[in-house]
Amino acid sequence: MKKKISYHTRLKRRLLLNQIFKFIFMSTIIVSIMVLAILVIDVLQKGLGSLDLDFILNMPSSRPERAGILPALLGTLWVIGLTALISIPVGIGTAIYLQVYADKKSWFFKALNINIANLAGVPSIVYGILGLTVFVQLLKIGPTVLAGALTLSLLILPVIIVSSIEAIKAVPSSITEGSLALGVSRWRTITGVVLPMATPGIMTGSILALSRAMGEAAPMIMVGAVGFVTFLPDSIMDRYTLLPMLIYNWTSRPQDAFAQIAAAGIIVMLILLLLTNLTAIIIRNKTQNRVD
Amino acid sequence: MTKKKKRWLEEKSIEWVLIMVSVISILTTVGIVMTLFYESYEFFTVVSIKEFFTTLRWAPVFDPPSFGVLPLLSGTFLIAFLSSFISLPLGLGSAIYLSEFASKKARKIIKPILELLAGIPSIVYGFFALTFITPIIRSVLPDTSIYNALSASIAVGIMTLPMVASLSEDAMMAVPDSIRQGAYALGSTKLEVAIHVIVPAAFSGIGASFMLAISRAVGETMIVAIAAGQTPTFTLNPLESVQTMTGFMVNMALGDIQQGSIEFKTVFVVGALLFLVTLVMNFIAKFVIQKNREVY
Repeated sequence: MKKKISYHTRLKRRLLLNQIFKFIFMSTIIVSIMVLAILVIDVLQKGLGSLDLDFILNMPSSRPERAGILPALLGTLWVIGLTALISIPVGIGTAIYLQVYADKKSWFFKALNINIANLAGVPSIVYGILGLTVFVQLLKIGPTVLAGALTLSLLILPVIIVSSIEAIKAVPSSITEGSLALGVSRWRTITGVVLPMATPGIMTGSILALSRAMGEAAPMIMVGAVGFVTFLPDSIMDRYTLLPMLIYNWTSRPQDAFAQIAAAGIIVMLILLLLTNLTAIIIRNKTQNRVD
Repeated sequence: MTKKKKRWLEEKSIEWVLIMVSVISILTTVGIVMTLFYESYEFFTVVSIKEFFTTLRWAPVFDPPSFGVLPLLSGTFLIAFLSSFISLPLGLGSAIYLSEFASKKARKIIKPILELLAGIPSIVYGFFALTFITPIIRSVLPDTSIYNALSASIAVGIMTLPMVASLSEDAMMAVPDSIRQGAYALGSTKLEVAIHVIVPAAFSGIGASFMLAISRAVGETMIVAIAAGQTPTFTLNPLESVQTMTGFMVNMALGDIQQGSIEFKTVFVVGALLFLVTLVMNFIAKFVIQKNREVY
């Protein structure tokens, strides 16, 4: 027979166990946050020494002390800008169709939804293979800014669609129905009532998706972004390099000096990402709970 | 009458434009499947499926070439498996703390930090693995090669951790508060509520988050391309250099290969395998696990 333990001893034990596990769960979070801190400090320590105005304005070079990131910085802006122009209209269009027009019982609606859910889980490098085959080779666009932007657009399209749908869903139906009841056509209701109210949500989702695209290297290797160029892109049919590509190129060299400029490149990229994310957060906070 | 007709025409044409735009996402899937499987079909006219799946040597650019994909598969799953020792416990622990223990204020501060961790590009984790994690491993275990599976696994684990944390937390927050309060009313401690009530009730969502994190680890590219090395080895030793499916594809794309050659086709056949593996895992996560969830 097991010894009977009094209620109070048991309670003490249960509460102790509760405290112990509370501490364990908390430490998992602390570990995660510490990892983030260590990562940032490590990158800063290695990279800050090489980060100056010359680093931003110079061309890449085989001599690390003279190397800069200007073509990669401009290449990233070109590609991400073009990606935004392509992916955001297509994403919003799809979201409007799914949320407003589509018959929610039709096979097309169901197929589209399953398709979007699946696409979101496809590894980014697979999009690179698609881009290589379809854009670079089949459509003969070549390894250009345009091919890179088209590939990235397909990659982030599911994210933009999903966040746009959420933003459109959040528009109260009383308002859209009010507009429709006044005899306004469906399309005019969308452009005049739904979209203006959904824009902050759509913008937040799109900016976050674009910031994800900004850090992608894997698909861009497939579609022929190069690690090393010494000219600046000036049209969408130019060859290009990107920040993550240049960082990858430098990281894979054995010399320590290249690791340092890779870290400096990472700092620039993280600052860019932080700025875009901040923009998204500001838009979200400024417009939250505007309509209740 | 004409005005009405004009408006009808406008509505209809807009609807058609929107359908066209929506079709792009379906065409993406069709395009992926067709490119991958067309080239794979061509590949299998030269190399037998049996050789592909049973040979233990992957050396497509060597002479004589060998097309056994098992080393790439073992490398991929070794890293995905090891990374789960970091991402799953830390992710689930963070989720339980956030959902059951943390105050509202603490949650408001911690969640954005986890989001930041999730927003860091994988190339940065790759750099971190090679220049920070690997030297530490090598100072403890000096026989470790510079490129090794363990370092990459740790970085992949850190990268997928926020995903487990946020999806599991969503699942736990979705458990109705009445159930939680009921358990408290019976005198349970927070720990007992979390372990015996909330986690079982959210089990489908937590399971799905685990599956999705491992699928992400399988498809992760830059970390393994930088830190795990480029030697396809059929090994379970995490201190050796391995090559994953994604690492192989990057390596080939950076090299100089003839379009249409058999080496070129290996990229597609490995891509097709990667696509299928992640598709099955995502499918299990989304449709099998999620479908069987408790509905309140």
